[in-house]
Amino acid sequence: MALETRFHVLAVDDSLIDRMLIERLLKTSSFNVTTVDSATKALKFLGLVEDELRTFETSVASEIHQDVDVNLIITDYCMPGMTGYDLLRKIKESKSLKNIPVVIMSSENVPSRINRCLEEGAEEFFLKPVQQADVNKLKPHLMKSRNKGDQDQEQEQDQHFHNKRKDMEAISSPNKTRLKCSS
Amino acid sequence: MDRNQSRRQVAAMKQSLFDQGLLDEQFIQLEELQDDANPNFVEEIVTLHYRDSSRLITSIEQALKERNPLDFNKLDTLMHQFKGSSSSIGAKKVKAECNLFREYCRAGSAEGCMRSFQQLKREYAALRKKLEAYFQLARQAGPQETACRSK
Repeated sequence: MALETRFHVLAVDDSLIDRMLIERLLKTSSFNVTTVDSATKALKFLGLVEDELRTFETSVASEIHQDVDVNLIITDYCMPGMTGYDLLRKIKESKSLKNIPVVIMSSENVPSRINRCLEEGAEEFFLKPVQQADVNKLKPHLMKSRNKGDQDQEQEQDQHFHNKRKDMEAISSPNKTRLKCSS
Repeated sequence: MDRNQSRRQVAAMKQSLFDQGLLDEQFIQLEELQDDANPNFVEEIVTLHYRDSSRLITSIEQALKERNPLDFNKLDTLMHQFKGSSSSIGAKKVKAECNLFREYCRAGSAEGCMRSFQQLKREYAALRKKLEAYFQLARQAGPQETACRSK
């Protein structure tokens, strides 16, 4: 058996029961697990901080240090405040985090929602309640991104400062006020 | 009581919960997550569900009192949480009642919501009573009973 460190999964869900369930499912598959109860806490954990001073219309996540090693993020879609979809977007917009695979969970089977998440870069969309069979699908995504990460790292370090300014200008999130999770 | 007899009783009780349509496959999924290191996983998660449910029932009751007009969005959001919690433990019938309630919310039917909520509370209370009896019996029968497979 390969002597690799265990994969570390960050699970985000506002429901305590669902956090308990996903944690158990992930641990059964030998993942290290961190659970948080909101997207905001997830971003904090990942080292992203909302920088609302940049523009008055949109907020741009600026990156401080990142000293946690997260290999996959699995998040509920419908959460109060920042939704799983918003979290997904922020992660994909982030230079340092965009290669981390993100999986969305939802109790609602809404095709347009599923498509939107997949288009935004989610690797998988799991219908709740999440089951062992779903979690078994995660390893391939993790293996893939572990290999990709090693290759990309060297290139990225050279490009980093040159691209950062370009990325900042390109990021724009439309102002969305969501009272509840509708598709 | 003889150990084997106890275990048969527990199995029969569980089967009856399935036969009555009160529980679904998700409950079995929970049992499969139980092992020697986590011997009480199912009961722990179901206990959390009771806590969630009590809180949500109170909130929904409160919201139903705030009429003229009813805040259907709020009710739907609360029921969405209730449904999620019920679904996660495999509470089949309760989940179905949650869905019905939400349909009434979307239709803007106050009457429908009230009726459906009364039914939901009945279903929830019935399930809870049966599950409490089930876990009590399972505990008496011995630790191997609730796990479907040992890891």
